[in-house]
Formats: sequence, C-alpha cells, structure tokens
Amino acid sequence: MSAAIVYVPRDASAAALGADAVAAEIDRQARDRGIAVRIVRNGTRGLTWLEPLVEVVTPIGRLAYGPVLPGDVPGLFDAGFLGGASHRLSLGPIEQHPYLKNQQRVTFARVGVIDPVSVAEYVAHDGFQGLREALRTSPADIVRIVTDSGLRGRGGAAFPAGIKWKTVLEQSAPQKYIACNADEGDSGTFADRMLMEGDPFQLIEGMTIAALGVGASQGYIYLRVEYPHSHRVLTEALAAARGAGFLGQNIMGSGAHFDIEVRLGAGAYICGEETSMLESLEGRRGEVRVRPPLPAIKGLFGMPTVVNNVITLASVPAILHKGAEAYRQLGSGRSRGTLPLQLAGNLKHPGLVERAFGLTLRELLYDYGGGSASGRPLRAVQIGGPLGAYVPVSQFDALIDYEGLSGIGALLGHGGIVAFDDTVDMARMARYAMAFCAHESCGKCTPCRIGSTRGVEVIDRIVAGVDRQQNLEVLNDLCETMVHGSLCGLGGMTPFPVQSALKHFPEDFTRGGSH
Amino acid sequence: MFDTQPSRDELLALIAPCKGLPGPLLVMLHAIQDRVGYVPASAIPVLAEELNLSRAEVQGVISFYHHFRDRPPAKRRIEICRAESCQALQGDRLTAHIEQRTRLRLGETSADGSMSLQPVYCLGLCSASPALMIDGTVHARVTPERFDELLSQMETRE
Ligand SMILES: Cc1cc2nc3c(=O)[nH]c(=O)nc-3n(C[C@H](O)[C@H](O)[C@H](O)COP(=O)(O)O)c2cc1C
Ligand code: SF4
Ligand code: FES
Repeated sequence: MSAAIVYVPRDASAAALGADAVAAEIDRQARDRGIAVRIVRNGTRGLTWLEPLVEVVTPIGRLAYGPVLPGDVPGLFDAGFLGGASHRLSLGPIEQHPYLKNQQRVTFARVGVIDPVSVAEYVAHDGFQGLREALRTSPADIVRIVTDSGLRGRGGAAFPAGIKWKTVLEQSAPQKYIACNADEGDSGTFADRMLMEGDPFQLIEGMTIAALGVGASQGYIYLRVEYPHSHRVLTEALAAARGAGFLGQNIMGSGAHFDIEVRLGAGAYICGEETSMLESLEGRRGEVRVRPPLPAIKGLFGMPTVVNNVITLASVPAILHKGAEAYRQLGSGRSRGTLPLQLAGNLKHPGLVERAFGLTLRELLYDYGGGSASGRPLRAVQIGGPLGAYVPVSQFDALIDYEGLSGIGALLGHGGIVAFDDTVDMARMARYAMAFCAHESCGKCTPCRIGSTRGVEVIDRIVAGVDRQQNLEVLNDLCETMVHGSLCGLGGMTPFPVQSALKHFPEDFTRGGSH
Repeated sequence: MFDTQPSRDELLALIAPCKGLPGPLLVMLHAIQDRVGYVPASAIPVLAEELNLSRAEVQGVISFYHHFRDRPPAKRRIEICRAESCQALQGDRLTAHIEQRTRLRLGETSADGSMSLQPVYCLGLCSASPALMIDGTVHARVTPERFDELLSQMETRE
C-alpha cells in the first residue's frame, strides 16, 4: 500500500497554534503503528479558527479535521482518520466547507492546496503558465494586459499597476528594479504572509513577469523581520525556482535573466511606505523621500523601480494566463478583480476571504465572520490597518470596494478588517492611534512627530474632563494640521481613526471626569 | 551566540559574505545581531570603516530600527502584540496577567537580565489573536491559562 498523505500547514498562524507539534506527533504515531504516512506541510486554507487543520487524502477528496492538538492525534489514528473515518474533530470535505466554497479564490487558488515549495506541484496546478505567456509577449503588451485587467495596487494606495509599469518601461536606464513590498505592517492584515507561506512561486512568477514587462534584471523582496516563517519558505522557493530554470539565467530557455533577493526589514512600520522602504533597502534610515521624483523614475539606487505589494504582484500570473478580460469581469465599479479580505479581531470565524469586490461589510462580518467571538454585539470595525477609519454598525451595508468605502469616509487599504464588540472603549482606540504614530514616526515632519504626542495628551485631557470643549477643538485643529502638513500617510492618515472614533462614538470621550 | 564581545576579526568574518551586495548595511547589522545577539558598540567603527561611512551615520541607522539592540538581550524574551486585533480580544487582560506573573511592566527587563517583556505591534497573526512571542517562537490565541503553561515550560527549559 502506498503511503497515506496528510497535510499539516507550515503557515505561521498554524505553527503558532501548535501545528509543528501536531505534525511531529502524527509522524511518531505512524512510526509506532508501522503505518506509512507522508506529511506535506502546506499553506493554510485561511480558516484560522480551525487551525491546526489537518487534511487527509481520500478517494472522495481531502477530508479535514480541526482544530487538532497534539493530544488528539492518537485518537485520530484509533478512529482511522487516515481512511477518512469520522471523529469529533471531523470537518468533512474541506473544499465543500461554506467558508471556502463561497469564496472566489483566484490569487489564493493554490494556497493551502499544494506543497508551497514544490515546483512540480505548482506546475501541475497551472503554475508558470502566466510566465510562459509573458515570454512570448512584447514588454509593451505585457504592460497593456496588466493595465487592461484593471488591477490596482493592493498595498493601500490602489494605484493602477499597469500605469506604474508603463512609466518604468518608458525610462531608459542601465538598470531597473522590481521591489516587492512585503513589509505588511498594518495590524489586522496577513494576506501577504499567507500568500508567501502558501504559494511563494506565484509571487516569484509575478515579479518575473513584471521584470519582463519593464525590462528589469534584479528584484528585491523587502520582508518584515517579524515574518521568519515567510523568510524560510521564500528562501526555499527561490532556490527551487532557480534550480528548475524558472528564475536566474536563461529563464525557461528564453535567454532572459532575472533574479530575486530577499532583504529583511528591522521593525519599523514606516518602512512599508514605498520611499522609506527604498531607503531601507539601500541600507539607510527609513526616512520618507520627498516626491517627485517618483520611484518609477528614480527609485532604488536612483534607478527606475516598480514598487508593488505582494498581492498586486501575485495577481499578475493569472492575468497573463487567463487574460485581462477574465480578471476585469470580476468586481464592481472601478474596483476590478478580487480582493483577499482579512478578518481579524473579535470574530467567531476569523481568516481570509477572497471575493470579487462588491460584497457588503455585513455579509463579510456575519456570513463569513460569524459575528463576534465573544457573543456580544459588534460595535465597530477598523478597516485598512492602524491608519484606517473606524466604521460603526450603522454603516455595515456599505459595499466593499475602493469607491464604496470612501463614500463612508473609510479606506480599504490592504483589506484588513478588525472587529470590536461593545466592550471597546473608542477613546482608548483613538489614543492608541496617536501613540502608535508617535512610536513609528520617521521624524521628518513636525505635525507627525510632535503632533501625535500632543494628540495623546489632548485625548487624555478630554477623557479626564479637563477643559473638554476647548480640548476637543484643539484635537480637531491638530488633526487638520497632521492631515495637511505631513509628507506621508503615517502623519497624514493617523487622524482618520481618531476623527472617525470621535464622530461615531463621541460618548466614549465624555464619559468620565468632570464637565 | 558569543559569550564574550566579538573581536574585530570575528566581526569582519560575520560581515564578509555581505560585502559584494549593494547597500549592505542592514544586511550586515542582521548578520551581526543574529550571531552575537545584539549589535555591540565595537561593531560601529568596523562597519563605518568597511562601508566608508561616518560612525554617526552607522549609529543613526542602528538607532532608527526597533529591531536592533545595542546590548545583550535578556535570557528569556517575551514580546506581546499590543496592536488593534489583539486588543480586540482581551489583549489588555492578557498583558495585565503577564505583567503580574513576570513581575515586569511592559517595556522592562528584570534587573538580573533573566527576562524581558516588550510590546510589539502586529505579528501578522491577527486571525488568531491575541498573539505573543517567547524567545522568537510565536504563540497565538493565548489565554492567561495558556500563558501560565508556556511560562512553566520556559522555567523547565532553564
Ligand atoms: C505609513 C505607510 C505604510 C505603508 N505600509 C505598506 C506595507 O506594509 N505594505 C505595502 O505593500 N504598502 C504599504 N504602503 C503603501 C506603499 O507606500 C505603496 O503605495 C505600495 O507599496 C505600492 O504598491 P501597490 O501599488 O502594489 O499597492 C504604506 C504606505 C504608508 C504611507
Ligand atoms: S508624516 Fe511622519 S512618517 Fe511620514 S514623512 Fe512625515 S514624519 Fe515621517
Ligand atoms: S494585531 Fe496582534 S498579531 Fe496582528
């Protein structure tokens, strides 16, 4: 009999919940029982509340069990889980799980399915088809296809990817670069991490297509140091891609050359801002650069550089393979394609949901998210990381796309959504936003560096009831100064969570103290 | 890790593999901290000389980044996520519990250098909040009870 195949994720979220110990225990039990088992360390399916989620391959598909603790493993063997037997932790055929079945997985189609560092499995699941197509397409046509797809940057600013690439293509320079932004500093977001740990070849392929499109020969992945699991997977995948001829010299026998190096950040949130990231890649303090010049014209080491987020680049292979139109058909309004939404905070079913743009917050939070984890009513969500606005329940019917959210004064950012139940103190969250800005400011502009510290003090006074009316005015002026007087989004957007909290939850600021 | 301060030659050996790279300072600082546990002051003149930078420039880069330390880390390091998603799932209660158990306040290192408790801002584990790291290993959905288990495992590892 051939070995039974068992999948146990190597994703950091699964590992943080004990997946490595589960894999070790499965291995040990199998040896003790003299059963041949092959353990594949896949990415996560993104149903995080069920992690560690173990899958076995059966004639009727992959059956899942979870959340599995090491102590559950002997019982699973006793029950005969390798044959798909039922057990207290049975979840059935994983692909039929409503959380997954009702998604539109395009960029995350392979994540959790394949062994992330196996070139053979990647190729067997349509891998490198986009690159194959790009190699027989002219640079101008590659850029046009990406433009036609309507793909906009997924890192936050939502700038059309093809237009950025076109600028880089049009520069003549001795060297051009592809710089992948894998800093993913926004709290509530983990899509980049999940993609890198679950399907790194797709990012490599996307960067290589970008290189062919604009004429770059060197790429960098700027990875935050907080992601050691991603670092290991990327390192293995880059070596495997090189070994198989998909990266490095003479890519797929075409004569084209492109290589990628991973560079680690060093715990500075601001280094996710693209010009700060470039400074950091050059080995300097991550201080934001004044624009212009745009990085597309004068970027890394002064050369034309494509800076794109992980998900933006990872979306490209499918666009080249299936065509711009197939991607463009998904979505709503001017937001085309799909978006990996990340459900975090106080939700029963946190995880990753990839859907075409255009579902409502309510559907996302209740149909997928299952409402609060605590069982109490939800009160607010923060969308788009620490610089994102707080949105009250009354606005949960807003559509999730770039325009729909800006219509309610919010921004989608990188697509992370953090939910809070009715025990949240919104004045504390506003204070935290200011404190975070003070902690992470690169120090270049006064409104950001000094204003944020002032903001913390002023919120403290408001909450304590000291000259409340006057301090509320001070806070508003301060926010306006930060919005208008900051060089980048850290100082310029920190007022969004603060002012949205004040607007929608004024009672939280005036509860305590004297009046 | 080194038990004593690394010598100049040892530092040079650590950074030698990064020398051909463009813009190598951060890569070198990582190489040093990964092996030595921190970036000793004695590394600053070595890096400055190798890269043709002033000592102040090197110092400026080190101090900009939260990750780089200028002294040896505590023997046991607890880093707890204080960002929004972890706050939304009783992160305050967990932090208070950990402060009480370790008799340290957030940001402190014990006087004998045996343990430190530091805040971090998002580990990318927000769908399994609250999260923390102990000696570089991540743990998620951490309850006070689970923390106590982890703490006793830490103690038995000593
Ligand atoms: C304070 C700040 C932090 C940012 N952090 C990130 C980040 O962690 N990852 C990211 O991809 N983009 C981040 N961005 C956006 C980048 O500046 C840039 O727009 C993006 O990398 C471009 O790629 P895209 O067009 O593919 O989104 C940040 C921006 C600001 C102002
Ligand atoms: S707004 Fe803040 S982080 Fe951005 S450039 Fe100015 S000081 Fe630096
Ligand atoms: S907010 Fe704590 S892990 Fe992201």
